[in-house]
Amino acid sequence: MSYRRSKRDRVLVVDDDGSLAEMLGIVLSSEGLTTEVCRSGDRVMEAFASFKPDLVLLDLMLPGVDGMTVCRRIRERSAVPIIMLTAKADTPDVVAGLEAGADDYVTKPFKNTELVARIRARLRRSDAVGDPIEFGDIVLDPAAHTVTRGGQPLELTPLEFDLLACLISDPSQVFTREVLLERVWGYHHPGDTKLVNVHMTRLRSKIEDEADNPQIIRTVRGVGYQAIDPASGKNTDPPPRAR
Amino acid sequence: MRRVVRLWRRSLQTRVVTSTLVLSALAIGLTGWALLRDVGSSLADGRRAAAVAEARAGFELAQDRLDSAVATETAPQSVVLAQMIDSLTGDRGTGRTYELVLQGPLSGGDDEVPVRSSSVASTGAVPAEIGRSVRAGTGLFWQYAKAPIGEDAHETPVVVVGRQLRAPGSGDTYAMYYLYSMREQQETLALMRNALLLGGLAMVMMVGGVAWLVSRQVLDPVRMARRVAERFAAGNLDQRMPVDGEDDIARLSTSFNQMASSLQRQINRLENLSRLQQRFVSDVSHELRTPLTTVRMAGEVLFEARDRFDPQTARSAELLQGELDRFEALLSDLLDLSRFDAGAAKLELADVDLADVARDCIDDAVLSRAGIAVSLRGTDEPVFVRADPRRIDRILRNLLANVAKYSQSPRVEVTVARTPTAVSLSVRDFGVGLQGDENLRIFDRFWRGDPARSQGGTGLGLSIAREDAALHGGTLQAWGRPGLGAEVILTLPREIGVPVEPALTSELAR
Repeated sequence: MSYRRSKRDRVLVVDDDGSLAEMLGIVLSSEGLTTEVCRSGDRVMEAFASFKPDLVLLDLMLPGVDGMTVCRRIRERSAVPIIMLTAKADTPDVVAGLEAGADDYVTKPFKNTELVARIRARLRRSDAVGDPIEFGDIVLDPAAHTVTRGGQPLELTPLEFDLLACLISDPSQVFTREVLLERVWGYHHPGDTKLVNVHMTRLRSKIEDEADNPQIIRTVRGVGYQAIDPASGKNTDPPPRAR
Repeated sequence: MRRVVRLWRRSLQTRVVTSTLVLSALAIGLTGWALLRDVGSSLADGRRAAAVAEARAGFELAQDRLDSAVATETAPQSVVLAQMIDSLTGDRGTGRTYELVLQGPLSGGDDEVPVRSSSVASTGAVPAEIGRSVRAGTGLFWQYAKAPIGEDAHETPVVVVGRQLRAPGSGDTYAMYYLYSMREQQETLALMRNALLLGGLAMVMMVGGVAWLVSRQVLDPVRMARRVAERFAAGNLDQRMPVDGEDDIARLSTSFNQMASSLQRQINRLENLSRLQQRFVSDVSHELRTPLTTVRMAGEVLFEARDRFDPQTARSAELLQGELDRFEALLSDLLDLSRFDAGAAKLELADVDLADVARDCIDDAVLSRAGIAVSLRGTDEPVFVRADPRRIDRILRNLLANVAKYSQSPRVEVTVARTPTAVSLSVRDFGVGLQGDENLRIFDRFWRGDPARSQGGTGLGLSIAREDAALHGGTLQAWGRPGLGAEVILTLPREIGVPVEPALTSELAR
């Protein structure tokens, strides 16, 4: 299922502020995106079901159901990329939003070009029809965008897929958070390492047997992350199961 | 020794007990000494008086015998005298308390005086001093001395009483001495001294013990107050002292508790205010940012389309865009400052290489736009410090922006240095410099050096930079001289919480 370039990408804008929502619509439309605006957190799931967006732009401060809850609900149902709009650049809020399932965030006020660049980065798909990569008992198929571990399919979001693909593409290399930001998120945002930390935690919770004792991706203290080469002895045997 | 000094300096109880011991020992010692002296002299006086009286009677008897012997018998004087000594020393039997010594006749040379004495007393027993007095005068003389008398010829304190005797026939003179032993008095005195010593020692110990108990009674509540105050100061605001009774300590506790309650109320009130302030800042932030975002997006759309407008509208779109940037910068600076003021600013620490940070300013857009060349010093080796990279970056950017806006300097020199405890980063320009107290005022909020030189900006950059430095426990200081340029030095402690000495000094420092 490769990316259909012919189709206009569909962005669901969830924002309670009418003017901002309309302005977002104007700007995104002028960039060739199809937009739909949802003004209330209560109606997001309906709109999501009917509009079938390729990406959700979500303001965290919503009347009714709050942004975090909406984010979590969408994530339960779909792996669609979610970008948060937040007025609070303070770390705890951003981390909470990322943990609720958002892939990226944009702090208000932002430049139009910056917003569009972030949206484009999330919509971009690798159309490379490469051969499936085998990494221990993990098989990653770039063409089909699927990952299996020991034959069992793993439910990864596109972002988590890209993150894993990037790391196992070269197990000899330690990837710094900055490099990962550039390769996976598609932009350079100096010092913003919480994006990487939060998503790495979530990726591990999906692929590792024990998140506290990672056997597939290890943290290189003070540097970054590295895939543990299954051929390099230590992890040739499957890790002992806790239960 | 050091430990003793330390104990002395630190423990009030040690001082109280020690001084009580020393002072009471001194007082008791003095009293004992005076008492012993008194008793000793009165014992000696009594013994002497009795001795003199007894000796007087003895001398009378001896003179009588001598007189009568001459009158009645023709026996030689020496025999008479020997008999006399025997009778005088013998008639008291074993109860005798004196020894007798008879010298004479004294007509010969001083050294050749024949001597008779009672069994144990020897010639040397009579001190020379009294000997001379007796020979010279006719009265009765006495003196305290030490003499080997008694059964064992032991050196014993004695009172010596002496007188001249005259033999009427031959006219020979004899010196006769009574030696009264004072051993009994000495023993009484020794007994008393021992009793006093033991008693005094016991008394001193008891007084010391009492001092220890009393000082504990007073100091225990004081120590407790100290512990409570320390815990209170450490932030445990619920700490109170127990109030027991109505004495001074209880009143101290009550006052302390009142002070603590009042402080706690104030602190809670301030904390509430701070929370309200933070909340307000956060709300304002959100409420302002949403419309600003819309305005900004609309402004950008207009700005992008300005080619299609008439010149006046196009310029308006440009101005709108430019001032929106400034408005946004101002809003974000103000929010940052209010976060500092509310104490809500938090550090996100990481290992930051200042040399790396300094190298980044080569690419600084503000400097290159202003055509300012950058040179680096001390950046060959990494200079690591535990700091918030975002804030360090912001400090440097603010300093460079300041140079670009106000200095009119053709170049800027960025220097990094370190000491074992601190790291410093200096930004030196060679522009118009600073005059008067401007090196202090540039950190004031909204202060701008020369309005004519001002090129926009918020006027808050250096205030924020200084707050950022202070949040790390570091300092930001400026120096400058008119025409020579200015230098701002950031100093950060290697370990947060340790006071710092800058690793660099400005050559512009006066």
